[in-house]
Amino acid sequence: MIAHLPILQVIVPLIAAPLCLILRRAHLVWLFALFASGIAFLTSILLLQQVMDTGTIVYELGGWEAPWGIEYRIDKLNAFLLLIITMISTVVLMAAKKGIEKEISSEKHTLFYVLYLLSLTGMLGIVATGDAFNVFVFLEISSLSAYALIALGNDRRALWAAYQYLIMGTIGATFILIGIGMMYQMTGTLNMEDLSRRLPEISQTRTVFAAFAFVIVGICLKLALFPLHLWLPNAYSYAPSIVTAFFAATATKVAIYLLIRFTFSVFGLTFSFTTLPLQTLFIVLGLLGIFVASTTAIYQQNVKRLFAYSSIAQIGYMIVGFSISSVTGLTATLLHVFNHALMKSALFLALGAVMYRVGSVDLKHFHGLGRQMPLTMAAIVVGGLSLIGVPLTVGFVSKWYLLLALIEQGWWPVAVLVLLGSLLAIIYVWRIVEAAYFKPPLANTGDIKEAPLQYLIPIWILILANIYFGIDTRLTVSVAQAASQSLFGVGL
Amino acid sequence: MNLSLELMLQLTIILPLVMTLVIVAVGHRPNVREGVTIATSLALLYLVINLYQGLTSGETIEVFWWELLPALQVSFTIEPLGMLFALIASFLWLITTVYSIGYMRSHHEENQTRFYACFAIAIGAVMGIAFADNLFTLFIFYEILTLSTYPLVTHAGTEQAKKGGRVYLGILLSTSIVFFLLAIIITWIISGTLQFTPGGVFDENVNTTLVGAILVLFVFGIGKAGIMPFHRWLPAAMVAPTPVSALLHAVAVVKAGVFTILKVVVYIFGIDLLAVLPTTQFLLYLAGASILLASLVAMRQDNLKARLAYSTISQLGYITLGALLASPAAVIGSSMHIATHAFGKITLFFCAGAIFVSAHKTKISEMRGLGRQMPITMAAFFIASLSIIGVPPTGGTWSKWFLLLGTLETEQWVLMIVLLMSSLLNIAYLLPISVNAFFPNFLPGKEQDSNRLLANTQIKEAPLPSLIALCITALACVILFIYPQHLYQLSASILDISGMLYGK
Repeated sequence: MIAHLPILQVIVPLIAAPLCLILRRAHLVWLFALFASGIAFLTSILLLQQVMDTGTIVYELGGWEAPWGIEYRIDKLNAFLLLIITMISTVVLMAAKKGIEKEISSEKHTLFYVLYLLSLTGMLGIVATGDAFNVFVFLEISSLSAYALIALGNDRRALWAAYQYLIMGTIGATFILIGIGMMYQMTGTLNMEDLSRRLPEISQTRTVFAAFAFVIVGICLKLALFPLHLWLPNAYSYAPSIVTAFFAATATKVAIYLLIRFTFSVFGLTFSFTTLPLQTLFIVLGLLGIFVASTTAIYQQNVKRLFAYSSIAQIGYMIVGFSISSVTGLTATLLHVFNHALMKSALFLALGAVMYRVGSVDLKHFHGLGRQMPLTMAAIVVGGLSLIGVPLTVGFVSKWYLLLALIEQGWWPVAVLVLLGSLLAIIYVWRIVEAAYFKPPLANTGDIKEAPLQYLIPIWILILANIYFGIDTRLTVSVAQAASQSLFGVGL
Repeated sequence: MNLSLELMLQLTIILPLVMTLVIVAVGHRPNVREGVTIATSLALLYLVINLYQGLTSGETIEVFWWELLPALQVSFTIEPLGMLFALIASFLWLITTVYSIGYMRSHHEENQTRFYACFAIAIGAVMGIAFADNLFTLFIFYEILTLSTYPLVTHAGTEQAKKGGRVYLGILLSTSIVFFLLAIIITWIISGTLQFTPGGVFDENVNTTLVGAILVLFVFGIGKAGIMPFHRWLPAAMVAPTPVSALLHAVAVVKAGVFTILKVVVYIFGIDLLAVLPTTQFLLYLAGASILLASLVAMRQDNLKARLAYSTISQLGYITLGALLASPAAVIGSSMHIATHAFGKITLFFCAGAIFVSAHKTKISEMRGLGRQMPITMAAFFIASLSIIGVPPTGGTWSKWFLLLGTLETEQWVLMIVLLMSSLLNIAYLLPISVNAFFPNFLPGKEQDSNRLLANTQIKEAPLPSLIALCITALACVILFIYPQHLYQLSASILDISGMLYGK
């Protein structure tokens, strides 16, 4: 059983998805999906433990040896990502029953869980696999179910948002496919391990350059790197709240993983950062992303949209950490992947609770909510503080490492810019705080009660995790550090 | 009770935080709630005094909580400067609690539970700052203090409170994130430690330009010290209820700022290194400018609380200046000024609150002749004014004496003149208030104001709890003049511990 963990990680949600259709009853389906996701979560914990103890796990699918068969290769990096994805998916699912009650019409509820599990399968597959073409397959599984999930919303604008995402996402996936095709043409293999060995020999060819460009641009579309982020605000603001909470915490993180995997493992550090000017390009785009997206966030009236822009800005921080290309820098990025997942899922779930009670997440509907929904608003405040990076929250931990990495390299101006960027976060978070606590409730809203427990419990699990991992950083820091050290090939 | 000193140290931080929960739980019964607050502040004072005795008997008290990031610990210890700060804050918290019961009730404030709860968190954070063993721990509690005082500043919930809160939080958070945090990280990268070490953490042959830049970052980053141009938050915070202004914005928050500066100067840089840094002189002049400009602005304020706020900015400049002078006398003067200014300024704020509650006046121009109506309050105001100015028989005399001595020792003539001129300005903006109150026709002014007040000669003082509180603090100003020994010894031992003997 233990030996088969890598495949179980992916196969459990994949099998669970069609089984939902057999169960049909929405309540049962919810419990079953939650159960499947919980199993996946447990699997990921076991995997991480195993990887940290014994090192990389290689699993040959169907017993076919690579490069003929597909190989799953779990190292510290993807074990960490698997943990994040399954953890968030499980906690978000806990709120899903209430969450979709008002936002998705009841005949589509079963469908929602099927799509959710498929999307989860896709993401887990992308992360677990060690085969470049397999990445594309899972990418399509997760993306196609994502488009459908976004379109499930009652808001008609969700259709347009999903369509936009479909177009952009397909372009991205196609680019990745083209890149992988070129690599196959040059090396005759799709296995990442083989690719990383064969690519350096032919790295000076134009085809490899083109392959690299296609793959990177494709991934950047998926991770909504500025200026390829245009699909994200609409998708996040019009999708059902539960879907937003799940995707905001996981989808872009998977893309970040792919970026790291392809640049560090497949193409190799020297090729990505020395031969090509990736560093300059990414640092500029990352910083631009932080500033443009944060500033745009300040002017949003729809709070879901506001946090969507904030997500783009946070991706900017991850990209800056990534482009430093030092152990500390990559540690900062990985930490922020984990920490940002915690913050954003908590915040979007809390917005879901507001949506459930108030029916809108416009800033003006937040007036007076500080008294009417004290626990939900307190969660948003703590989540917001974490986003700003106040000590004792997870946001502080990742910011600390990012600054440490920047100053180690002597990149003073960038360090100052990163800090200034986090001031913008204060402004957009405080707009919500002021609306909720200083404005009297709108006249015609009637009696608004606190969110139901099924919402409050998962929200507060995530919020407490925000604080817990901000205080006890042993797990996150040690795993992130170990993962980034092994990518740089030190300390092995 | 037989608690070990280590446990007591932890309790000073944990107790107020735990009591916050109790206060919230019994919030619907005001008498119980305020009983809990008073009991907590008594217990806290008891703990701090015990710790003081432990310190004077020469014990080392160290507590390690946990490691937040590798090699960055949350840990606490006791040294004289922190002890001084903790003593002042815990004693004045007790007094302020008594005062605020009178004030909040007679003013029929809403949300009093939130008020007392946030107050308790703030005091817990202050204890954390006072006993922090390293810069990292200090920074954590520094930010907690900022956040926990935000609901207090915006207590009224009005548009004006919202705006004040914006400035307050905006400046304090921004400076701490952009400058303070950056300075901490750079210090960590250069020296490899954030531990407060007597004599400083930097090597002898460290790059002085870089360390000088760090010093600037520290002085600007510690926005709570109110050095211009980052002082605007303090007047903005004056929208808070008066007990908040009294304790937090005359004592806890601002003193946390100057305390941090002193601590950084003495235990991170070390005063020997400070003297050779290229930026020290620039910062000294900045502090001097802050002293003079704030005094000048204070003269133009007609709102009593605003005038006191600017006066605070000016007096904070004294402490920063003393810290940066890098001479033993100046450091002693600075730390003594933390105490004497605390007692003086809290009395003034108590009086301002008392005047507001019983006479409903906020403008200085309307207070002419008020001495007939509120003789005790205005007498206390007079004594506290003397202490701020720094003349006998009040405690302020000593601290200003040592600060002047410090400028002489280091031959900073310009700064000496700044200090003297500022004292004159202090006289000009503080004394007329109490003089006019008692002798409305002594100084020229508008006729009709004084006539109206003179007609009302009935004595109508503030509520009794408030009155007791302000009498105690005024009395303390005088006691600090007669018995300054304990205060002096504490201040002098700061440098003993940091490896330097006073009076070379």
